[in-house]
Amino acid sequence: MNPIAAVGRLSLDVFGEVGRMTNFAMEGAFAAVTPPFFWRPFLHALARIGFASLPVVGLTALFTGGALALNIYEGSIFPDANAFIPQILGVSIVRELGPVLAALMVAGRCSSAMAAEIGAMRVTEQIDAMSTLSVNPFRYLVGPRVLATTIAMPLLVLTADIIGVYGGYLVSVHLLDMSASIYINTLADFISSEDVTSGLIKATVFGFLIAVTGCYYGYRSSGGATGVGNATRTAVVAAAVSIFAANYLLTSLFVDF
Amino acid sequence: MSEAPIKIDIQGLQKSFGANHVLRGVDLTVPAGKSLVVIGGSGSGKSVLLKSVLGLVKPDRGSIKVDGRNVARQSAGDKKHIAAQTGMLFQGAALFDSLSVWENVAFRLLYGQRNKRAASKDKAIECLAQVGLAPEVGELRPSELSGGMQKRVSLARAIASDPQILFFDEPTTGLDPIMSDVINNLIVERVKAIGATAISITHDMASARKIADEVAMLYQGVIIWRGSPDELDNSGNPMVDQFVSGRADGPIQMQVRKFTRR
Repeated sequence: MNPIAAVGRLSLDVFGEVGRMTNFAMEGAFAAVTPPFFWRPFLHALARIGFASLPVVGLTALFTGGALALNIYEGSIFPDANAFIPQILGVSIVRELGPVLAALMVAGRCSSAMAAEIGAMRVTEQIDAMSTLSVNPFRYLVGPRVLATTIAMPLLVLTADIIGVYGGYLVSVHLLDMSASIYINTLADFISSEDVTSGLIKATVFGFLIAVTGCYYGYRSSGGATGVGNATRTAVVAAAVSIFAANYLLTSLFVDF
Repeated sequence: MSEAPIKIDIQGLQKSFGANHVLRGVDLTVPAGKSLVVIGGSGSGKSVLLKSVLGLVKPDRGSIKVDGRNVARQSAGDKKHIAAQTGMLFQGAALFDSLSVWENVAFRLLYGQRNKRAASKDKAIECLAQVGLAPEVGELRPSELSGGMQKRVSLARAIASDPQILFFDEPTTGLDPIMSDVINNLIVERVKAIGATAISITHDMASARKIADEVAMLYQGVIIWRGSPDELDNSGNPMVDQFVSGRADGPIQMQVRKFTRR
């Protein structure tokens, strides 16, 4: 094959996919915030995505906070290294690790589940059936999931922030003999409301991306069980990559302003 | 007695998927209140024809008029118009796994028409009774039902809003002969009770004879024969004869790709 033609074809495929996904995301956002609303599927999605993700997000944050505290202590060249733990740990968790790790865990849990569920509905004609029953399947399936994930993610990240910082507290106070009051006071001095807000804005964007990628690949899946499997795998990879890319862009934005 | 008005009028319908020309100019009319069964082999375009009428597949050419409105070039209003008056039984039942049986039956009432849950549930239970299912079945999940029960639930869902047009996609596929007969009887009974116009597609000849007022055969993307169920055995068309008798020898040749080792 002509290499120039191959590059051209690949570019067209990539830009075509990005264009289709952008269009899907805009339609998904519109469906999430305009009537008709489907409250029952929304509450169901909120429970499955938000509440059911708490254990895995909490555990991830707890262990990450603990490990971070140990790394800061061990990696420091200063004799009073544990004095730096709360400030470095707090800012790292709240700005970066909390939102990114929680989003990755939710992407693994929920983006794949959305792709699999909607994909299975596509290949078993359930989406066609919905159309024949006077219900817009896009609005019923995509709108509630996008809204639920976008709302659930900041709440999950806020919880992850608290648990992550608590993980650092457990290690610092019980393992590294740091004073509890110093840990808490230093943390309070160094974490600003801007840090927390930037983390929550990231979480909101990540939630939207997770839902859009999961729904997009599920909605477009075809080819039976293999097609659904491919959609599920692609959804998780695309969600993870989009989380990292969005994280970099948002961090650049927050640093500049 | 005056003839029934034309409910569905399909003219010159064409649809291709890449190089595969599935429908090559289908002409069909269905009078109001009549049951038309389209027969044809696997891959003859029956499902594409049905999905085109339902608006699930956009045809390349031709017109599909329902009550005089061309739904082949649908506006949002036309889509709502046809969706509001149709019910469909899918080949694989296509029940929503995440919902209970009664919620499946009442899906249009709950989410399309925004009726109250209690009233929708009552209507669903009533529809389940019409297809011979007990109220307790309503609380089950579709995965807990047998294939025959799933088809019956799908039929109950199709008739729940008293549609004027009913579509049946291979209603007896995958069922044993007795359950097939039960489903056929239910279809005949419900279509008559509602007074609906029905289009069914099948390759089950027993089913076609039972539920049809008229039969049409689709072959290579065009309608090659049309007549009453009684005429099926004396159609005078060699392709219909071969299909009805289920013979491998005849003018219809199944494409079998031979495997050759290099």
